[in-house]
Amino acid sequence: MTRWCIAAILALHIVSFFTRVVRVLLAQQPPTLDPVAPWLFYLFAGVAVLGALGVVFSQQIVRMAVFLLFTLGSVAMLYFFLAAEFLAAIQLIVYVGGTLILIIFGVMLTSKNPFIRLTVPVPQRIMGWGIGVILTALMIFIGVVELANKLPLSSPTGDVEPYGVADLGRNLLGKYALPFELAGVLLLVVMIGAAYIAKGRHTDLKSEDSR
Amino acid sequence: MIGLGHFLTLSAILFGCGVATILTKRNAIGILMGVELILNAANVNLVAFNRFSWAGEAVAHGAAPAVDGLMFAMFIIVLAAAEAAIALAIFLNFYNHFSTIDIERARMLSG
Repeated sequence: MTRWCIAAILALHIVSFFTRVVRVLLAQQPPTLDPVAPWLFYLFAGVAVLGALGVVFSQQIVRMAVFLLFTLGSVAMLYFFLAAEFLAAIQLIVYVGGTLILIIFGVMLTSKNPFIRLTVPVPQRIMGWGIGVILTALMIFIGVVELANKLPLSSPTGDVEPYGVADLGRNLLGKYALPFELAGVLLLVVMIGAAYIAKGRHTDLKSEDSR
Repeated sequence: MIGLGHFLTLSAILFGCGVATILTKRNAIGILMGVELILNAANVNLVAFNRFSWAGEAVAHGAAPAVDGLMFAMFIIVLAAAEAAIALAIFLNFYNHFSTIDIERARMLSG
């Protein structure tokens, strides 16, 4: 009896929370993306969310990689809505073309059978999903319900010029010159370090023997 | 209309999915995918905030629009690629030693 009461109260709270979020989203305050058709946003956001859910609930690593591909691609499309065309291209080239291929290489190199199933026990799985849901609800509550309409936002109306690559380049060599150089050094270190770590012990021993 | 709240909601959902992926996978590469999801959620937030803090008046008077959020997002993408490369090198080495990618077997690594 008590259990059912708690479940009913929880369900009531969850339903009221989601109705509140939907109400806030539908009555979004003035700084909005005027030239964007809403259904296009919902289409790509829906694909992104479905892909992320697929990553969570799929148990085969190859399927997870394909779902991640959908999510990353739709997020790149959403960057176009936010007038960040260069970043969308970077996302497609580096994430989808680079990182994801790297991950798939890793899958190929680290399993004799790519469809192998490594499952965690059910209580741990439910706990992980619960933590994810709670964190999501907390972030939506803080960000959307409490914060988003109180920030001093501004957005141009009508058609928007996308952010120019020239502005990005000027910032990269001016305001952000030090992080830019550090990123270059980081990539060099990562390249050397990855090659050294992935080389393994066997070749090390052999080269010492031949000496 | 589509406002900042929509993008914040999307990124919150992506972040939650990333956390759940990290917590519920035993395959080390699956955990890496969860980290990628979380970094992508942060990127969506940064780009959305950048777009909605467009200084319209200043831009109309000839100033260049602020692109700090885009710069942060670009550096995050670089860091994500570097992190994925190093993590996969470590996983390959781990696989050479243990012939598995199951992180439950990685308890020895804690020293």
